Formats: sequence, structure tokens, C-alpha cells
Amino acid sequence: MKATCWAGRNEVEVRDVPDPGILNRRDAIIKITSTAICGSDLHLLDGYVPTMQDGDVMGHEFMGQVVEVGPDVDPAKLRIGDRVVVPFPIACGACSACTAQLYSCCENTNPNAGIAEKTFGHPVAGIFGYSHLTGGFAGGQAEYARVPFADVNPLRIESDLSDEQVLFLSDILPTGYMGADMAEIQPTDVVAVWGAGPVGQFAMDGARVLGAAQIIAIDKEPYRLQMATDQGYTTINFDEEPVLDRLKELTGGRGPDKCIDAVGLEATHGSALIHGYDRIKQAVRSETDRPHALREAVMACRSGGIVSVIGVYGGFIDKFPAGAWMNRALTLKTGQCHVQRYMKPLLQRIERGEIDPTRVITHRLPLQEAPRGYDVFKHKQENCEKVVLKP
Amino acid sequence: MDLTATTTIRRPRSEVYAFWHRFENLSTFMAHLDDVRSTGGGRTHWTATAPFGRTVEWDADTDEDVPDEKIGWRSVGETDVPNQGKVFFVPAPDGVSTEVHVVMAYHLPGGELGKAVAKYFGEEPNQQLDDDLRRLKQVLETGEVVRSDGAPYGKKARAEFPQRPAQPLSPEERKEVAPS
Repeated sequence: MKATCWAGRNEVEVRDVPDPGILNRRDAIIKITSTAICGSDLHLLDGYVPTMQDGDVMGHEFMGQVVEVGPDVDPAKLRIGDRVVVPFPIACGACSACTAQLYSCCENTNPNAGIAEKTFGHPVAGIFGYSHLTGGFAGGQAEYARVPFADVNPLRIESDLSDEQVLFLSDILPTGYMGADMAEIQPTDVVAVWGAGPVGQFAMDGARVLGAAQIIAIDKEPYRLQMATDQGYTTINFDEEPVLDRLKELTGGRGPDKCIDAVGLEATHGSALIHGYDRIKQAVRSETDRPHALREAVMACRSGGIVSVIGVYGGFIDKFPAGAWMNRALTLKTGQCHVQRYMKPLLQRIERGEIDPTRVITHRLPLQEAPRGYDVFKHKQENCEKVVLKP
Repeated sequence: MDLTATTTIRRPRSEVYAFWHRFENLSTFMAHLDDVRSTGGGRTHWTATAPFGRTVEWDADTDEDVPDEKIGWRSVGETDVPNQGKVFFVPAPDGVSTEVHVVMAYHLPGGELGKAVAKYFGEEPNQQLDDDLRRLKQVLETGEVVRSDGAPYGKKARAEFPQRPAQPLSPEERKEVAPS
């Protein structure tokens, strides 16, 4: 089959690889009908996530049709022919983390848990197409994929919603929504979201459906800010305006009640000097992540507020404003999304028309053109917000 | 050389005890064990992989056995690597799970084999036992050892680093790991 493979830093290639088969008794094989490139795939492309190997199949946002099931897949849960969306974290459904709905922290699905434990203190779940640190599972930017624990993870789509309406239930819609969910939004809340990429847009939509009073988008790409404006959100272009000052103006000096970091480890900063400082520290490996958005969110948040982090961090950061965090009674909440927890309720919101996930799609490309998709997404060319690939 | 490791398994204590008590099961999750067979009278025969493709065999007696609480065993007679082990099953505070605490001791022989065995366990010998217990947890909680494309061979994951790429296995590779 054709599959998008990591070929070294800044290189992806569509290669011919073997078709996947059943390796565990509760596996299923999915014929992929739609898949997408995620912002976190760019962290892999850019070489910021360790343990990538040449030939690793990329992609953790995919959906399709079940074409094969392992001998122990419960037929009441999944059958050949079912149309499914596959969540990016692989959950076993049986461990303490899964029982507590902390699916992305599943204790059993990462065969390389020992390595993850060294990096993170405790292991994390397996993730499709997302380095060997999270298990070494082949991803879904391909024609077929193997899905472990197929009777636990995939969401069956039984209505006639299009692929594009439900594909993002695999990651970015629940991820953005969890950012808002963790922020415990109240009707009086002003919510600021750093990053107006697809996850940021869905964090804003999440804040909207959860009833926030005002939603503020912070980015520097005019087309991304325009997308937020189109939804009725307030915008701040950090290339043109000082973010902290503007947020104070917008909130009568209080600061946003809830701040959501939808940027993560490859942030850029309005000040070339500060950006340069972190970029150099990152280059010499004395800091692995560039945390401008997180620092700013902590400084901006009103005392007693919640800073909710859904942007991806992989390692260590410098100059975390611990004084602001501690003295002003801030709560910091975070996590890779527990997608399985949110898929069904969000599918219902899509069915009811409360959220339109298709609004972020700007590019539809055949799988063969995945390298071009990565390129325009990474460099924000052609007003690229979200690339959907069709095998 | 003493090794310790611990894990928490979301299964009742009696079930975890019973699984371990059937020593044949140990080779499904312990990386270095090829085979453990009961030879009757509380005695078991163990076969383990040693470095350089050698195998090491020994007989062991169960010298401690308190149902649901602990099991101890100890190699007997002539063996290259005298060893003993003990496992404790402790109820976890959640009222559902079982903490498994393992202590194992290997008396390394002198000479080439002793050095090779020490090297095999590496600078962090507990790591292998940690991974063994992770697989025990997988087997008891999910039914089998979890495989990925990068780490498809179950027991040997850590030893395989760098791994095969996270890319589907060829039909020939898959035959080696196909579920029975």
C-alpha cells in the first residue's frame, strides 16, 4: 500500500510499504477513506520529538471502513464493514487510567513504556504514527491501518454525516474541546486562546458551546484570525499589538478568566530577541521546547484563573513564570486529549449543528501529495489551515 | 545481583496469585525465560536464554507459598546461575487492584559467563524486570502482550532499540508473531 513515511528531519515521502495485518487478537484493519495532517505532525517533521525512525508511517487522524477483525474482537462492538473514526491515543479500556477515562495515559498500550517512563516519569499510551516513544505504531496517512483494541477505541458512525464532518473527532476537535472543558467555563468567563490553528479554533468553538461570555483569539496569521472573526470571536495579532496590554484593555484590567494554550513547543514570539533566546537554547538542546505562549498565558490570566494547556510539549522549558502561577493562585491543567471520553458527545453536537468541524478545512489533497500538504501547512502558505488527505 | 520491581494490576489478588503460581505462565511475560515446567512435588524446571545464544537450565523448589499473599522459589542442585525469587501480592488502596512486588537474586558465577550475564542485564538491571511486570500487567488486564509495528516481538521490545520502523510487517515477519 501507499503510506506517508518520515524520511528524516523536514522530509516525508509517500512510499510503498506492506499492507498491515492482525498482530494482536483484538486488532482490526481499517481501509482509510480520509486522513489529515495535524499540527503535532509538524513537531515530528521538524525533529522535535525524539525516537522517530526512517520509514515510520505518519498520521494519527484517520477514519475508514473495517475490512478485517482479529479473533477476539467483540462482534457487538465492531464488525467488518463498519464505518469508524479512530481516536489517536490507543486505549486498552481495562487499566486504572482507562477506567478513570484518562485514555491518553493508558498503562498498557505502549510497548515502549520503559522508554517513555524515562522521559516522562511514568509511561503514556500508545499513539498512532507518533514516534517510538509512544509505541512505534504505524500511522494512518496511508491506505490501510492496523487498529489495536478495536472493540474499545473506534467510534462507529451510523448516520450519513460526511467524512469531513466526523474525521476530526479523531483528534483536533476533542483536543480543542478538552482545552475548554478543562477550563471549567462559566457564563461570565472571558476566554483567551493562544493559537488560531485548527486546535485553537476548536478550543474557541468549545468555549462557545460551553457558554463563555467572550472569546479572544491570539495569533499572527491574518487568515487564521479572520477565521476566528468569522465566528464572532475577538482577535489579537501579536505581531501588531502587545498581547498583555490588549488583554487588559479587553477585560477592564482583570485579565482573561481562562487561558488556553493551543500552541505548544514550537511557539514564535513577537519579540525577535526572546524568540532568538529560546530558539538558540533549543538548538543547543539546553531547552527542548519554546514556551512563549504558555509563559504569556500564565502572565495574562486573572488571579485564581485556569490556564489550560493542549498545545504539545515534549521535554523541558526555561523561565516558566512560577512566581505568577503560585502567588496569583492559578490552576494549570493539561493533558494529551482523552479522545474516547469526548467522541460521542461531540458527535451529537455535530449532528445537532452546534459545531461545524469542516470550517477549518482549506486543502483537500490526494494521499500522493502528502509531502506538498506538509509543506504548505508548515509554512502557512496558500492560507493553509487544515489539510485533508484522500487515499 | 538483586533485582526489585513493582507494578499495580487492576485484577483481584487471588487471580494474580493464581496466575503466578502456575509457573508455566512466567515465560509469557519474562523476557529471559524460554520455558518453565512443573515437574511435580513443588519442583519446577526452568530454561532461560543466556548471552551468546546459550541457554541456562535449573530446577527450582517452591520454598514459600501463602495463598493470595506470597510465593517464593529457589534454585536447587548444580546450576550455572543459582537464583531465588519472591513475589508479594498486596491489595491496593483502590480496593480493586493488586500490587505486585518482586525481589529476585542471581548469584553470578565467576568467569566469562558471569561477566556476560551481568552485561546482559546491563547497567540498570531492574529495567528488565520492570518491563517483565509491565507485560504481566498487559496479559492480566488485556489478555496478551501488546505489539506494535516498531516493537512487534512482544518480550524483546527494549533489547530491540533502535527498532524496526513503525511500518506494517511483511507477511513473512507477521508469521513470526501471528496470534495463535
